[in-house]
Formats: sequence, C-alpha cells, structure tokens
Amino acid sequence: MKDNIQAGKPLAPNPLNNPKVRAFVFQLAVLTLVGVAGWALIDNTVTNLQRLNIASGFGFLDNTAGFGIVQTLVAYSEQSSYGRALLVGFLNTLLVAAIGIVIATVLGFTLGIARLSSNWLVAKLATVYIETVRNVPLLLQLFFWYFAVLRTLPLPRESHSLFDMFFVNNRGVFMPAVHVEGSSLLLVGVALFGTVVAIGLRYFIKSQDLPSGRLVLAGRLAPVLIFLLPLLVFFVAGMEFQVEVPALRGFGFRGGWSFIPELVALVLSLSIYTAAFIAENVRSGILSVSKGQSEAARALGLPPGRVLRLVVIPQALRVVIPPLTSQYLNLTKNSSLAVAIAYPDLVSVFSGTVLNQTGQAVEVIAITMTIYLSMSLLISLFMNWYNRHMALVER
Amino acid sequence: MSDHFVRTQSSPTLLPPSSRLGVLQWMRENLFSSWANGLFTVAGLYLLTLAFPPIFNWAFLSAVFTGQDGSVCRADGVGACWAFIDAKFNQFVYGRYPAGEQWRVDVTALLGIAGLAPLLVPNRLPKQWFVGFLLLVFPFLAFVLLYGGTAGLVVVETSDWGGLMVTLVVAVTGIAASLPLGVFLALGRRSKMPVIRILSIMFIELWRGVPLITVLFMASVMLPLFLPEGMSFDKLLRALIGVALFSSAYMAEVVRGGLASVPVGQYEAAKALGLTYPQMMSRIVLPQALTTVIPGIVNNFIGLFKDTTLVLVIGLFDLLGIVQSNFTDPAWISPQTSTTGYVFAAFVFWIFCFSMSRYSIYMERRLETDTQR
Amino acid sequence: MSGSAAGGKIGLLTALEGINLMNSRFLPISLALLVGLVVGFFLYPIFVTPADVTGDQPTEAITSIEGEPAVSVLPVVQNRSTLDHVREKGFVRCGVSQGLPGFSNPNDSGNWSGIDVDVCRAVAAAIFGDARKAKFTPLSAKERFTALQSGEIDVLTRNTTWSLTRDTALGLDFVGINYYDGQGFMVRKELGIKSVMELDGAVICTNTGTTTELNVADFFRSNGLTYSIVAFEKSDEVVAAYDAGRCDAFTTDMSGLYSERLKLANMNDHMVLPEVISKEPLGPVVRQGDDQWADIVRWSLFAMIEAEELGVTSDNADDMRGSTNPAIRRLLGVEGAFGQNLGIPNTWAYAIVTQVGNYGQSFERGVGVNTPLGIPRGLNQLWKDGGLQYSPPIR
Repeated sequence: MKDNIQAGKPLAPNPLNNPKVRAFVFQLAVLTLVGVAGWALIDNTVTNLQRLNIASGFGFLDNTAGFGIVQTLVAYSEQSSYGRALLVGFLNTLLVAAIGIVIATVLGFTLGIARLSSNWLVAKLATVYIETVRNVPLLLQLFFWYFAVLRTLPLPRESHSLFDMFFVNNRGVFMPAVHVEGSSLLLVGVALFGTVVAIGLRYFIKSQDLPSGRLVLAGRLAPVLIFLLPLLVFFVAGMEFQVEVPALRGFGFRGGWSFIPELVALVLSLSIYTAAFIAENVRSGILSVSKGQSEAARALGLPPGRVLRLVVIPQALRVVIPPLTSQYLNLTKNSSLAVAIAYPDLVSVFSGTVLNQTGQAVEVIAITMTIYLSMSLLISLFMNWYNRHMALVER
Repeated sequence: MSDHFVRTQSSPTLLPPSSRLGVLQWMRENLFSSWANGLFTVAGLYLLTLAFPPIFNWAFLSAVFTGQDGSVCRADGVGACWAFIDAKFNQFVYGRYPAGEQWRVDVTALLGIAGLAPLLVPNRLPKQWFVGFLLLVFPFLAFVLLYGGTAGLVVVETSDWGGLMVTLVVAVTGIAASLPLGVFLALGRRSKMPVIRILSIMFIELWRGVPLITVLFMASVMLPLFLPEGMSFDKLLRALIGVALFSSAYMAEVVRGGLASVPVGQYEAAKALGLTYPQMMSRIVLPQALTTVIPGIVNNFIGLFKDTTLVLVIGLFDLLGIVQSNFTDPAWISPQTSTTGYVFAAFVFWIFCFSMSRYSIYMERRLETDTQR
Repeated sequence: MSGSAAGGKIGLLTALEGINLMNSRFLPISLALLVGLVVGFFLYPIFVTPADVTGDQPTEAITSIEGEPAVSVLPVVQNRSTLDHVREKGFVRCGVSQGLPGFSNPNDSGNWSGIDVDVCRAVAAAIFGDARKAKFTPLSAKERFTALQSGEIDVLTRNTTWSLTRDTALGLDFVGINYYDGQGFMVRKELGIKSVMELDGAVICTNTGTTTELNVADFFRSNGLTYSIVAFEKSDEVVAAYDAGRCDAFTTDMSGLYSERLKLANMNDHMVLPEVISKEPLGPVVRQGDDQWADIVRWSLFAMIEAEELGVTSDNADDMRGSTNPAIRRLLGVEGAFGQNLGIPNTWAYAIVTQVGNYGQSFERGVGVNTPLGIPRGLNQLWKDGGLQYSPPIR
C-alpha cells in the first residue's frame, strides 16, 4: 500500500469495503440460505410423501364428499364434491364475518361513545364491559355462549316464543320468512338500479360543485331510490308475498328462516369480543379530535347530538379507520374458531372433515392458508386505497 | 361623615343552596345533567338491578363451596359449584404432572419471577444481568427442571404437562422467541436491501394473514412431513414453533413502530460517529425503539396469552383445555359444573390479562412523562 | 402519531403504519412474490412426478428398485427398521385416544388403561419382556395418521376403523382387529323412539374425521330419510352438545356410545338404539413398508387371542409352561424358536400373557360386563364360542 502511495497511484479500495458490493454479497448469501432451506423442506416433503405412499395432487377436489353439512348457503348434498364442500365452508365463513362485522361495528361505536359519556353510570358500565370482555380469551367466551348458554335453552317443544312467530330453543333461532310471489330477482334488480342511480346522482352533484344543500338533497333521495322504488314496482306489478311461519314438526321447527345455535354463538362471541376493541379505537379516535372543534361547534349552536355526528365523528373516523380495518381482519380470522363448536366454516369443513377423509394434509392446509391470505391482502389493499382516498388534503 | 361604612373583614362565605351541594350536585352533574341523560341513568340502573342480584346469588348465596363429589351440586336451585374447582385445583395448575415432582414447576415459576421482577419495577439494579439470566440461563434451567432427564431428575413427558403451567410455558416461550425474531424481521423490513426487505415483508404478511388455528393445524399435521425421515418433534414443541413464528410476525410490526419513532437525527449522528450498522442498531437505535414500544410488547403478550387457549384445539391441555376435559368426569357431572368451570377459567385469564394491561398503561404514562421536557 | 398510539393500544397491529408501508413501490413485487412463493411451495411437491425426484436421489432409487436384498446391505435403510429404533429408544410409543374409557383413558395421575392400551403394552412386553416400556401419545382423530406416518409414534392403537382407503392411500397397514364394532345411535328415552328408522328429520351429533360421518350419510340416504349433522372436533364436545340438547341423536361406534354414556349428566335417561348400521373393525395400525414390525404387532395381538383360546391366563401361565399341550408349549416359548423369527425373545408371548393377560382378561378388565361400560363380548367372542376373534396358529 505504501508503494502505491509513493508511486502516486490512487488507492485501490478493497471491494469488500464498498457498501454496494457488501450489500449485494449479503443479499446473495441470504437468498441462497433461504433457497437452500426452502429446497430442503420441499425435498423432505416430497421424499416423505413418496416413501409413505401418501396420495397427492388436487384430484381429490372432484371426488364425492359423502358427508353432510348442517348449514349450506349453496346447493350441496352428500353426492357433491370436496370442491363444493370447500365453497360451502368458504361462504359460511363469509356469512359469519359479514354479520359479525356489522354487529361489532354498531356495538363498538355505541360503547366507545358511551365510555366518554358525561353520564357517570353509563361511562362506568361501558368501562366494565370493555375491561371484562377484552381480557378473557375469545375461545373461552365462545365455549361459554355455546355450551353454558345452550344448556339453559329449552327443547323445541318448550320453545321460548314471541307472538308465536319467533322461536328460541336449543336448536337455534327461528323466525318467519317472507317469500315474494313471482320474480324476487326483479325487485333486487330494481333496488340495485336505485342504488346505482343514487350514487351517480351524488357524484354528479358533487362534480357540478353546487351548493352543499343539493348534496343533502341527494342524501334524502337515496332511500327513496333504494327502498321505495322496489316497493312501487312491487305494488304496480301486483305481486303478492307470503309469510311462512316456522312450525313444530317432528323433531324441530320447519319452515321460516332459522339460525343454527353454532352460528348464533359464533356471531355473538365474535361481535361482543371485537366490539370491545373497536370501542377502544373509537374512544382514542374521538379523543384525538381537538376539544376546540366540539367547543366551536357548540358555540355555533349545534345541539350535542349533531356536534357528535357532524363535527367530531367525521374527524375521528380518519384516526379510527386504520385500526378498525385490522379489527375487521381479526374478526374474519377469528371466525376460524368455529371449528371448536362445529360451525361448518372453511377451517371446520375443509381443514377438518375433508382433511380427515382424504388425509391430504399438505394440499388441504395449503388451500386454506391461501384463501385466508388472499382475503387479508385484498382487504388490506382495499383499505389502503380507501385510506388514501380519505386522507386529509393539507395545504 | 361617619355614617359611611368600610368593611375591614371579609364576610363569611355563604354555602351554596343545598341542591348544589355534595351528593345531590354530583348526581345532577354526572347522572341527570339533561333529560336524555336521566333516561340513560334510569335504564342503566334497571339493567344493574336486573343482572346483579341473580349473578350475586349464583356466585355466592346459593353456591356450593365444599363437597366430596358432584352429588352436592346436582341438587335443585344450586348455584356455582365451587367445590368442583376446589377438588380439581391441583390438576388445573399442573395438569397430570406427577404429584411428587410438582415442586419443580414451582421452582421454575419462582426463578422466572425472580428474574423478571427487577425488570418491571424501576430501580437501580444492573438490568443487563437479569436480562442475561432470563434469555440465556433461564430457558435452559426451565427445560431441565420441567422436562428432567438430567441432574437426577425423572423425565416428565410433555403429554403429562397441563393446566396453567402449559398456558404459561406456551405464552412465555412464544414471547421470548418472538422478541429477537421480531427485532430481526422489523430491521429487515426497514432495510435498504430489496431482497432482505421483500423476504421480511413476505414472512410477516404470510403469518399475519392467516388465522393462528391454521398455523397450529399446520404445525401439528404438516411439520412432521417437512422433516427428514426419523426426525420428529414433540407435540408441545411443534405447537411452540407455530406460536413463535406467528407471534414473531406481530412482534415485528410492534418493533417497527418503535424504530419509526426514533428520529432520523439519531441514525445520522450514529453514522457520523463512524459506528457500524450493528453498533448503531444495538447501541443507539434499538434501546430507544424498544423502550418506546414496551406498552405495545406487553399488549402483544396479552394477545398471545389469550391465544394460547387455541392449543386445546390441537389436543394440548392448557388451562381451558384441562378445565373443559374435567367437565366429563363422571364423579363431578352436574348442570352447574361447566358454567362454574368456564367462569373460573375466565377469572384466571382475566386476572393475568387485566394486570398486564394495567402495567402497560402505567408504562405508557411513565414513558410519556419521561419524554416531556 | 395518534394513529400509532391507538394501534398500540389495541395490541397487535399498528395498522396505520402497516398500510403506509404498503405504499412502497415494492408492494406489487412483494405481494406477487409472497403469493407465488406460498403457492409454489405447496404445489411443488404435488406436481413433481416421481421420476424427477428419484432422479435426484440415485441411491434411494437403487435401494427401492433392487428390493429386499439391498435393504440389509445399506446402512441408511437399516436405520429405518422400527424395531431397531424402538430398541434404541428403550420403549414403544403408541398413539392413543385423548380419553375414551375402556379403550385408552388416563387416570388423574396419568396412568393409561383400556384394551387399546393393552395391545400397546403387549408389544412392549414382546420386545422388552417388560410391559411398562410403553409410552402413550394422546392424539385427535385428525392427527393420528400423520403422527404415525411421520414416525412420531411406532404403532397406532386408537380405536381406528380398518377401511380400504386408509389401508392404501395413507401409507399405512392395518395389522389386525382387536375389537369388532359397528356404528349405533343413542337417543333420549323421553323421545319414545324404538328404531333408527324413526329418526327422520333428526339432528345428529358426531365426531368429525371419522368413518361415522360418512356412514350416517349413506344410511339416511339409502333409507330416504332426512337429517342434519353437527360434527365436532373432539368427542368430549359431542357429548356436551348432545347432553345440552343440541341433537336428537348421538352416533358413533357402539363401544364409543357405551363409553361416552358415562360422561352424560344422567346416563339412565338415554338409550342405545338396537340397529347397527355399519361394520367397524377396530385395530392397531403401523407404517407401510416395515414388514418385521407389522409382524411383531400382529402376532402380539394374536398371542393374546391364542392364549385365551388355550386357556392360558396371567395367573396360570407359569404352571402352563409345564403343560403337555404342544400348542401351549409353543406359545409360552418352551418349544420352538418363534420369537427368533420375529426378531424378538422367544419368551415374547409368555411375557405378554403374564404381564398384560390374554385377550379375554384384557376385554373384561377394560370394557366387560363388570366395568362401568358393561359391554357383552358379542362379536368379540372367540370363534369357538360363536364370535369372530380367531388367531392363526403359532407354529
């Protein structure tokens, strides 16, 4: 080195001291390591599957399932395929998640606002609820609602009933169903049309930059378009509807709409549990809105309800929505606890029964994980978009 | 001239009107401040009178506290069957761990508490010694004590472990393994090297995107197929691996929050001083980042502690699992057994989680005051 | 960063930051890679054809093609012998149920008992001359086959039904039948039902991952009856749900019904219907491909049956060694070297009979009429008494 300096040549840097080279080498090493580890895993799995003579491939999805499922949203029978059973389980998961999210949101917002209420008793009751529910495992609550509460419900013959139309017993909750004569699809179509028009109108008024009073008008027109329009069609077309009341026949109630106890228990525990977390998000969201905002609103003469609805909540929502999303995601993932109480969701039907019947653990678990993963990523992406859409545009 | 009057002393203050005093005023302000509020109060009170007396009656007045078997709980109108808890208490804590060896579990727990306590309370003791003990010595000691096989201790199979002990083993192992893993993943996710970052993101999002139950199913039915022939893991160990992978992803996200909260100036100053990346991270950035996220880590631990109940789905007997498996003991079957058991388990979990959440809030307050100038 | 504070408060997710980071330009790449990697990882072992893989591992290919002679030559393969592995460990590890009284059930101090446990103990006695050298791993219905395939357990003695799929597609071998069973139904007496045919429209509870779920479907379909099925992961949960009145009937193997009946709040309120709707031969299972090990387990079970047929019990086995009956002398290892052929001591059967007892003793101790289960021998009588239990001659 000394020679170099004496010769007046520039100092040739050791390539290992070049950050770029080092980063490249390091990344290459990690990639190789991960690759080798992954290869070893795959290699082991392949060898094991062959050595043990375990069937593999996705052909089993077309085989006849041969087992029954207690709740199916699409046509399914014992002769259907395993693939169909997968679809049934997936839809049941979506059903629980959808109902659970709605109830948890309503309950969570109520509790979050109640916890900040100026009414001492209401605030304390909300606090007790939140602190109790949050600190007890969900699975335990699920078992409690299913096994301990189910035990106290009567047999179908001695059901609790309301107006002889709604029944509760240890086989579930039963309520009258409304069947529309003729094409009920038409009504759904009209309602969808109304929704589209309402949304279009709102965007049109917004794009015209008209005074905000028109926007309120669009808001008021929406329910007319969505609900009254189908009703109008219904009467004009002279359609008739029938109410089917559940009736005790044989072992239980037949007819009407029914919710099996597993669904009720799962939805109850999921939404009660998640509501406690949502309430905390809502509370911190509201606290994040500066006090001056509500004071100014009150100074303008807005009554307390409107202060909350028009000033505080819209601002709090920006803070609330990101953690709210993760709560929705958690709820969806937690719905997999269904397997503990035999609600036929994705995990219970597919990773449970189908895995057992076929013995093809690798394929079954892979499909299950891929479905959950895609659901999570989709929701994340959607919320990412929504968040950017809602973000405060600062000057 | 002398008829004007100048007061030389202040007059005694008058009390406010009685309706503005004490309890009444408090009630006016806090319970009946408006028409609607009054309505809420009445509704709340009604709810209380509806719920409280039956619960009190069930838990205390008509409860059974002592008894040799379930026959005492089978009578009509009997409330909680606490005698069941009393009779099975040992099993709820230790599972089927042999009675003569249970001192080993106690010693392990005491060692753990002794190592942890000085870290939780602010004091001047040398923290690095306790951290070193907990991370390097304690796991080894705990394994030797609980499993045995060396030092003249009888081997106790993990299939005999159960109850609160398994709950704590799973939760503590999960958090201890996920903390270092989580730190590396968080650093990886913030790395400037694309390969490292993408691999970290993939790992984190993969585990966060799937439910713990499928991870546990995978660990219990698929992990054995991943291993070379003849190698197999203990069932509890498989569950622990699943829990550790799962919670490290969540831990990484918490730590990342902490890393983001360290001002850029700190990084720049460290680099300007000529510190290498490991030096910068271990001496400057991580100490600050980890301190700010202590509440987050504790919250993570609470979540993990509650999630340990899921191991019962793959056939391990944690606290909830062992309580539940005792419901079918023919000697103790009664209409109240299951409700009592669930309430007891809920209470135990609640005590743990609630105290941890209080601790987390306490730390949060302390950190807030620490950073205020 | 109020958002991150809120996120921290709810615990696991600091979603705000999570979403912000997803904005990075690496998002599409990493998402695509993530999904690709996961899918690829799981799909790889499934789509690779056997030729590809054996090509990678020539040594293994040779051993499997050359067949038996190579087995004894290559040390790699020798390590695979289950017997050697068991000898090395010093104990036999058996997969058992998570608690089925009479078959495999632990008491409060963790000691297992039951007829399945006895089979395992017999194997231990045959190999080591010590029935205590058996360890038990409780397994759910879902885990049992994987545990055996992966080598976690040496033999599965967990009331497992022998069926063609399980014997072929799972890489397993059934080596015998230690209990001839059939599927039955239990109902509440107050329903006044006398036959399975009256269960039209009933709700039925059972275990998931068992053949019972499929049998119910077959039976009801072939008889034109309707039903709905609630399938639980664990048998304790089935019992709890049935006891809580969730179902009209509880179905599983007849022996299981007798066993689970003990867990009901009031077992005298329930009755087992007379019909048996399926054949359920329950027996021990081993991995495919280790014939020596399969023989040891098979003949351990046969030795118990043979001992009963010859009138050898744990009490009189020592006296019987002096018997003049050549069959007894062969069984007890006085004549011949049958253990040697199996690769175990010649006193193998003597050890089984003295330490575990003969089949009849094991049956009466575990599930017989004098136990709480009170199951009569029925099909499990010896062949000469009109039952199905029959051992090939030991000679």
